[in-house]
Amino acid sequence: MAQLIGVPREIEAGEKRVATVPDVVEKLIKLGFRVAVQSGAGDAANFADDAYRAAGAEIVEDAARLWASADIVFKVRAPSAAEVDRMRAGTTVVSFLWPAQNPQLLEALAARKATVLAMDSVPRISRAQKLDALSSMANIAGYRAVIEAAHAFGRFFTGQITAAGKVPPAKVFIIGAGVAGLAAIGAASGLGAIVRANDTRPEVADQIKSLGGEFVPVEYVEEGSGVGGYAKVMSEGFQKAQREVFARQAKEVDVIITTALIPGKPAPRLITADMVRSMRPGSVIVDLASEQGGNCELTEPGQVTVKHGVTIIGYTDLPSRLAKQSSTLYATNLLRLTEELCKGKDGVINVNMDDEVIRGTTVVREGAITWPPPPPKLSAAPAPKPAAKQALPAPKGHGAASAPASAKATAIVFLFAAALFWFIGANAPAAFIGHFTVFVLACFVGYMVIWNVTPALHTPLMSVTNAISSIIAIGALVQVAPPLTDAAGRPTAWIVGLAVLSIALVAINMFGGFAVTQRMLQMFRK
Amino acid sequence: MSATLLTVSYLGAAILFILSLGGLSNPESSRRGNLYGMIGMAIAVLATVLGPQVTKAGYPWIIGAMAVGAAIGVYAARVVKMTQMPELVALMHSLVGLAAVLVGFANYIDPAASAGFKGAEKTIHEVEIYIGVLIGAVTFSGSIIAFGKLSAKISGRPLLLPARHWINLAGLLTVIWCGGWFINSHSIPEGMKPLVVMTAIALLFGIHMVMAIGGADMPVVVSMLNSYSGWAAAATGFMLSNDLLIVTGALVGSSGAILSYIMCRAMNRNFVAVIAGGFGTEGGKPVAAGAQPAGEVNPISATETADLLRAAKNVIIVPGYGMAVAQAQHTVYEITKHLRDKGVNVRFGIHPVAGRMPGHMNVLLAEAKVPYDIVMEMDEINSDFPDTDVAMVIGANDIVNPAAQEDPNSPIAGMPVLEVWKGKNSIVMKRSMASGYAGIDNPLFYKENNRMLFGDAKKMLDEVLVALKA
Repeated sequence: MAQLIGVPREIEAGEKRVATVPDVVEKLIKLGFRVAVQSGAGDAANFADDAYRAAGAEIVEDAARLWASADIVFKVRAPSAAEVDRMRAGTTVVSFLWPAQNPQLLEALAARKATVLAMDSVPRISRAQKLDALSSMANIAGYRAVIEAAHAFGRFFTGQITAAGKVPPAKVFIIGAGVAGLAAIGAASGLGAIVRANDTRPEVADQIKSLGGEFVPVEYVEEGSGVGGYAKVMSEGFQKAQREVFARQAKEVDVIITTALIPGKPAPRLITADMVRSMRPGSVIVDLASEQGGNCELTEPGQVTVKHGVTIIGYTDLPSRLAKQSSTLYATNLLRLTEELCKGKDGVINVNMDDEVIRGTTVVREGAITWPPPPPKLSAAPAPKPAAKQALPAPKGHGAASAPASAKATAIVFLFAAALFWFIGANAPAAFIGHFTVFVLACFVGYMVIWNVTPALHTPLMSVTNAISSIIAIGALVQVAPPLTDAAGRPTAWIVGLAVLSIALVAINMFGGFAVTQRMLQMFRK
Repeated sequence: MSATLLTVSYLGAAILFILSLGGLSNPESSRRGNLYGMIGMAIAVLATVLGPQVTKAGYPWIIGAMAVGAAIGVYAARVVKMTQMPELVALMHSLVGLAAVLVGFANYIDPAASAGFKGAEKTIHEVEIYIGVLIGAVTFSGSIIAFGKLSAKISGRPLLLPARHWINLAGLLTVIWCGGWFINSHSIPEGMKPLVVMTAIALLFGIHMVMAIGGADMPVVVSMLNSYSGWAAAATGFMLSNDLLIVTGALVGSSGAILSYIMCRAMNRNFVAVIAGGFGTEGGKPVAAGAQPAGEVNPISATETADLLRAAKNVIIVPGYGMAVAQAQHTVYEITKHLRDKGVNVRFGIHPVAGRMPGHMNVLLAEAKVPYDIVMEMDEINSDFPDTDVAMVIGANDIVNPAAQEDPNSPIAGMPVLEVWKGKNSIVMKRSMASGYAGIDNPLFYKENNRMLFGDAKKMLDEVLVALKA
């Protein structure tokens, strides 16, 4: 029997989003489900009941009936106490939930033997990106933040030179370059503003640049990447350095957009009242973290206030203000989750706790609280550098000493060498020992010297060593005309012939080798 | 010039040679390094000529031979094209090898050279002659074949005789047996026989050894022969009791050995396996064991390539042997210059075994005036590919093959490769879909973010340049 997905109207005041849209309804039906939508659920997001009906959904007038009949409920906001009461036992609920902040709700849901999937708890791994609703919403919030700021700001964002005078471009400073921050950077630079951005995670500097922003670093050495690609709480010293940077920026910029959030923690206080006071009148602050207490000291959640001549926007419902867009993206995220839950496309979900994505998302399973999940195995951001280095059995850099050989191998080599040396020492004549000493030491010198040669110069190295090996000419030189006391029986003609030929051959090498090396080295330039 | 003065001169020359090699640690100091080498050589030769071991009667011979050799050498150095460097270097190795053989023979037939040696000393002297000639002969014939292969006078495909390892073993045993015969012979004419037989075997062995090695392994072979020429010089030094020869030979020998080792490591291959030869022929049929990559290749035009490059912020160019063959390095430089003027960050990623000789690509790019500080080693640049907008592969194949990392059954599994497929886009310039020297199909070509630009590298790059400037 195909399960029924119910989509009630959001009851939270001011919430305009809806958990599914007509396009997605069609696809859910293709997966085998039946879909019921409460009448008027999509009105605020400009989706009419007729559109849902055309897509194949059943329109239910009464919320209570919808809750009572649905096997699975899709919502945007966490269910209220009243909604939990209406719920049938054993229902599956999918919505934003914030389990860390709402423990009572979690228990109430568990008491109803519900299974709850929290869209804010989707693990941050590559495979789960398509159902990462937080990113979808953050993207919208970042964009909307810029639009709100532009609305409240009394000037153009872009610089212009008009017949009526020159307009300087607005300067926008964005704190936190997560999804929302990056979306804000893109939107603001799209409007023509000069965009600067800061983040505690140094690896996002390139992402900021790629969107047209300028990275403003905090000159304090501390790695800010926490697990799962989120930021972490920084040390006191770092925070002080950070405040100095922000204070400096506050004096210069027209718009500040703050997006700094740390999972499960109140938002860090980054913009002090003093900084607000130092801003030019008419400036705008948009605080995307206002729901978690705000990054700015003066933010009033949900309100727009003007303090010290600075407009501080603390809306907590920015995605909802772009209801059609956010509903569409959220509905698609839910669709992707449903696909993960219903691999058989038979209209029945299977909450498979062995699946890492589903495990992370599920906070209550058939009445048992399963939150928090075990830590994620993979991080979307690169792991800390040293670990990454170890993970790769990559070839070592040129000149890097190889790891010391095992003690056993070393011992064998030394024993062998000792035996060889003993053999030579016991048998060879003294003159040979002298030469042998020179030879072995020269091999070591060569070994040490050559490791320092840069790979770019390997070809010149070969040609110069080739030229140097012309030293063999000496062997021929001493044969041409040695001072002899007794030349009887010596095939002088042969020897001279061979020696002269050798000298000629080696001379080609000697002069040619050095000349060609010189020619090559002349070419290497900065 | 007294004997002590001569020894001191040799010591000075040896120090200069070491400084010369040390100078190559970076391009700034390298020119001075080469100068040290020249001075060292001049000191060594002059000291020998003026020293007690050479009488005035030899001067005309020496000057004549030197002049002839110098003229040929300087001429060759002037006219050689940079793309022909591997051939020239191989040919020069052969000269050192031949000289070592000749000096060995001359020394053996000179009764004065071995006068005064008795017992163990005489045996050691003869072993030194024997080994010197042996290494010299292998170097000589091996280098000649390497030269032939590199200049495409001989097919780059490995020639694999049946039971080739047994042939080599038989050769080695014969050489050892001849050595015993040689040491126990009582007169020079009697000793000549084993010496000549051994020389012939050594020559054949050198030919056979290099013939069995495939084109892609040439960097290993060239550096190995470089090493041999050094050991030949060192053996000659022992024979003549000349410390300078020993030191210099050891320097050159260990240099070549280290280079061979670096090259082998860059291919994740064992040195013995390379020398045993035959890589890329067992797999003459593409991919015997590895998985067959599936999918379609996406061709791209020169104009579209130019569009991609223009829109990019970070570009990495990965050149290979194909660039050398097409002589495309100058066009590559023009493109690089144009893009850099536009603020695009263009860099080069060089695989250690790109080309046919260690450092081959660096020399070509340097010839085209590409500044060396944007030419990176594989290890330096590999982690940057994810941030790269366009990775352009010019005439390289195996060194960018993702199968090395992804397919444990691939013949090149585990070989370090440049990870161009991690870039946002990659463009591979190739003449056709033929596989590389290793004979392995390349899954990179089928990746979604990869585009193929078919055609002669030089011609296509010229078109890209025209489109870029348009």
